[in-house]
Amino acid sequence: MIEIRHVGHAFGERTVLRDLSLDLTERRIAVVGGNGSGKSTFARLLNGLLVPTHGTVRVDGLDTRREGKAVRRKVGFVFQNPDNQIVLPVVSEDLAFGLKNLGLPKDEIARRTDEALRRYDLHDLRDHPAHLLSGGQKQLLALAGVLAMAPDVIVFDEPTTLLDLRNKRRIAQAIDGLAQRAIVVSHDLALLEHFDRVLVFEDGRVVIDDRPAVALPAYVAMMS
Amino acid sequence: MIPYVPGESPVHRCPPGAKILVLIAAGTALFALPRLDVAVFMALAALGLAGLLSRVAGIPTRLMLAQLRPLAWILAVLVLVQLALDGWLAGLLVAARLAALVLLAGLVTLTTRSSDLIEALQRGLAWLKPLGANPAKAGLAIALTLRFIPVLAAITAEVREAQRARGLERSLVALTVPVVVRMLKMSDDIAAAIDARSYDPDRG
Repeated sequence: MIEIRHVGHAFGERTVLRDLSLDLTERRIAVVGGNGSGKSTFARLLNGLLVPTHGTVRVDGLDTRREGKAVRRKVGFVFQNPDNQIVLPVVSEDLAFGLKNLGLPKDEIARRTDEALRRYDLHDLRDHPAHLLSGGQKQLLALAGVLAMAPDVIVFDEPTTLLDLRNKRRIAQAIDGLAQRAIVVSHDLALLEHFDRVLVFEDGRVVIDDRPAVALPAYVAMMS
Repeated sequence: MIPYVPGESPVHRCPPGAKILVLIAAGTALFALPRLDVAVFMALAALGLAGLLSRVAGIPTRLMLAQLRPLAWILAVLVLVQLALDGWLAGLLVAARLAALVLLAGLVTLTTRSSDLIEALQRGLAWLKPLGANPAKAGLAIALTLRFIPVLAAITAEVREAQRARGLERSLVALTVPVVVRMLKMSDDIAAAIDARSYDPDRG
């Protein structure tokens, strides 16, 4: 469970999150909101990429401020632009990057890399330069790289924003097929229709917290 | 950038550290020989060796020649200058020496996974640890350079196209400012992505 207690965050003088208190337990949670509403900052707080200016974020009891490394093993993160997430030049090498950081033995790294590549049809591209992949393949590689590290929760920050319709569908299917819990920040409302819970952000606050059937139409009305 | 070409040849299977050492030795030997005729012979032999090893490794000739393409102009100028100043043998030496080195270095990158190359470099730099150096950080820096050269090229091409559309194709400022700003923003995201994947610079 992710517990958020009286969390606020500011970048210098600019306050982006204000006094949030939430428990995140559902299998699929969506985060929506306008540009600058604080949702990406919120996402980065969940695995300790950012620590809150005020309040605490705990993942299964681990405080992101003091136990950031342990938290990042539990909570994976997929960024909006996979080009900024793929660190090594070759597909299989990038996939193994996180696993090496976990200090796993070589045969375990090979096994998990192979499994993740097969899962997302990237196996034939294992020795391919990462920069020559399509946008969808890059995003799948980014997801595979996180998934191979076997986190309990995966946070996605606008994973389909830069993709065409076919690749959006591939990523939606990939998210749908995850055994892990997922927290997805997105403007793609169709992706979120079958989620368990939707948090609507505005001006650094959660203004709607409900099922998609209620929250999404309310959000659309709010933005109109 | 020319990628790694997978294979199981003896050149591929040779340990990366040994390949780097051979490359360093070849570079030193090619520039250390004082007699012109011997140096030319050695440079031509090194060229032949690069050709032979590329055959053994199954690297297509066009890929090998592509390594020389970015250098073609520099090579041509150097050869012409040497021809004019010191004669044809000196011109031949400059061309053969530089081409041999580039081809041998290219052969190393074409037949070695970058992760293996980086691991070898990290092991090779381990003796610098007591002096405060961090081989893991150096390895990651090299990996990131290899990874982001094509990304930087793509960003530059994109910005150049956008500025051309606005009639600013001759403005260096209009090209460099957006590229630098985008790279700085990108570097923040990359640092966050590396953190998110449990990277610990003090571990290596």
